[in-house]
Amino acid sequence: MTMLRFLIDDEVMDRVRRLELPWNRYGIDPFGISQEHLAVFFSSLGFLYKRYFTVRTYGIDNVPNRGRAMIVGNHSGGVAVDGAMILVSLLMEKEPPRLGQGMAEKFLNQVPVASLWTNRVGQFTGLPEHAARLLEDERLLMVFPEGARGTAKLYPDRHSLVRFGTGFMRLALQTGSPIIPTAFIGGGEAIPTIHNSKTLGKLVGAPYVPFTPYVLPVPRPVHCEIYYGEPMHFEGDGTEEDDLILDYVAQVKTQIGRLIELGVERRDNLDAPFTLPEADA
Amino acid sequence: MKVLITGISGKLGRMVAEYLSTNGHKVIGIDRRPWPDAPKKIKMFNVDLRKRPAEDVFRKQKPDAVIHMATVTHLTSRHSEERQRINLGGTRRVFEHCNQYGVKHVIFVGRHTYYGAAPDSPLYHTEDEPPAGVMTYPELADLIAADLYAGSALWRFPEMTTTVLRMVYTLGPTKHGTLANFLRGPRVPTVMGYDPLFQFMHEHDVVTAICAALEHKLAGVYNVSGPQPVPLSLAIDVTGRSAIPIPEGIFLAMMGRFGLPRLPRGAVAHVKYPVVIDSDSFREATGWTNEFDEVQAMESFRWA
Repeated sequence: MTMLRFLIDDEVMDRVRRLELPWNRYGIDPFGISQEHLAVFFSSLGFLYKRYFTVRTYGIDNVPNRGRAMIVGNHSGGVAVDGAMILVSLLMEKEPPRLGQGMAEKFLNQVPVASLWTNRVGQFTGLPEHAARLLEDERLLMVFPEGARGTAKLYPDRHSLVRFGTGFMRLALQTGSPIIPTAFIGGGEAIPTIHNSKTLGKLVGAPYVPFTPYVLPVPRPVHCEIYYGEPMHFEGDGTEEDDLILDYVAQVKTQIGRLIELGVERRDNLDAPFTLPEADA
Repeated sequence: MKVLITGISGKLGRMVAEYLSTNGHKVIGIDRRPWPDAPKKIKMFNVDLRKRPAEDVFRKQKPDAVIHMATVTHLTSRHSEERQRINLGGTRRVFEHCNQYGVKHVIFVGRHTYYGAAPDSPLYHTEDEPPAGVMTYPELADLIAADLYAGSALWRFPEMTTTVLRMVYTLGPTKHGTLANFLRGPRVPTVMGYDPLFQFMHEHDVVTAICAALEHKLAGVYNVSGPQPVPLSLAIDVTGRSAIPIPEGIFLAMMGRFGLPRLPRGAVAHVKYPVVIDSDSFREATGWTNEFDEVQAMESFRWA
C-alpha cells in the first residue's frame, strides 16, 4: 500500500475525504472501506475517465445527495468498464461526492489481490445480504440487472438490453429505495467482443473470457457517456407476485433503453436536443 | 445472586468472577485448573466438570445462575477427541445439572467463528444464519455443536432462561484468546493478496457484556460485538507486529516454523476471509455499549 501512495491525485484524495461515511481514526469504515485504497483506486480510474475514455456525464443531479438509492444501469463490453466509470463519475462529478457500491462477481473474492482491493474499495461480493445492508445503511448501490449476461454481449448487440433479473426490484421495494435508471454508452465499443470463451473462463474461475479482434480484452480509448435518469419510485414491500414485479422491471428497462437511444443519438450528433425522458413511475 | 462459573480459572473466567464479586454477587467456580490467588470471597471447586463431584457442586451449592465458559479452542487442546469431550460433553453436563438442580439462568459463552469464514459469506452475520464454517473447518465442529446444543435448551427446558452468546475475539492487556495467540509473535503470517476484517473487543467489554446478559435475564441467541472490525493488516500494524505475506500454496507448510504460529488447515479461511457479526439485537435488549474502541483494544494489547 505504502508503495502505491505516489499514485494518489490530490483532487481525488480531497473528494474521498469528503465522502459522508463513518470513518474511524485510521480512515476505515465499518465495512472495511479504506480512504487510502479508495484514493489509489480512483486516482488510476480517474485518469482513464478523464484522459482515456474522455467520459461525459449528464444528469448527475438525479442522483440523491444523501440516503439510500440504487443506480441501475446497462452492462456491456466484456469487462466492467461501465461500472468503473460510473463509480468515478459519482465520486468526481457529484456534489457532495458519493461512493457507489457495486456487487462484484463471486469469483473475484477468491482471487488474491482482487479480493483485497474489491473489499477495501467497497465493491463487495454480490450477495442479497450485502445489498440490503448497504441500502439500510443509506448507501448508494450500483446494480446491473443484466449481470454477466450483459457484459457477455457481442459487439453488434452493444446497444441492446438482454433479460433483466428481478432481484433488484424486490430489493428496492423491500428497502424503499429509489431507482436511478442509468445508461452507459461506449462500453461495447471500448471492448468489442467477438467471442466469449466459457472453457477458458472455467479454467480461471470466471464466467467467461472475452475475445476481441485484437485477441485481448483491453479497452480501446473510445469516448463514453453516462446518463442518469430521473429517480423512479415504486410502491410495495418486495413480497409482490412475479407478474407485478416483472411489470415494474419492464418499466425500468424501458427507461434505460430510452436513455441509451438518447445517448447514442447525441453522441453522433451533439446538436441533437438534450432532453432526458421523464420517468413513468 | 449466586453465580457459578465453569472454566473460572481461565483469564476471562477470572475477570468475570472478580467483576461479579465486586458487584455484590456471590461467586463460585468449577475448573480442573487451579486459581492460586483467587479472592477469598470466591469459592473454588477443583473438579472436572464431566465427573461426579461436579454434580455435587450443583446439588449442594444451588446456584441461581450459571455462566458456562469451560470450552476450549483448537489452540488450547490439540486432540480432537479430548476437545469434543470438553466442549460437547461438558456443555451437556452443565445443562443437565442446571435443569435438575433448579438453576434459573444459564449463559453459554460461545464464539462468533460459529458463522465460518468463506468467500461467499456476508459481512455482518445475524443470529438466524446457519453455521457455514463446519464443512471447511472440522476443528470448529465441536464448538458449533456445543453452541447449537446450548440453544436447544431454549425449547427443551422452557422453565429455565437460556442465553447463547456468540462473542467476537477478545483483545486486551492479558493477551489472552485466539486472536491474541495469533498476534503473539513479532511476525504475523498473512495470506498474500488477502486482508480480511477482524472483529474483536477489549477484554473489559467482554466481561461487562456477559454480566449485562446476566442482569437482563436475556433469553435467546445473541451476537456480541464491540467496536467496528478492522483489516488484519491494520491490526498487525497497530499492535506493533509485522506482517509476513505468504503465498497460499505454501502457507500451511510455513506454519509452526520460523517463529510463526501453528494453525490447523481449516483456519486458513479465517486468515483469508472475515467473520463479522451484527450485534444490534444484543445492544437493544440490554442497552450495553462498549467502553473501548478498536484502537484502544489494539493499543492496550500492544503496550501491556
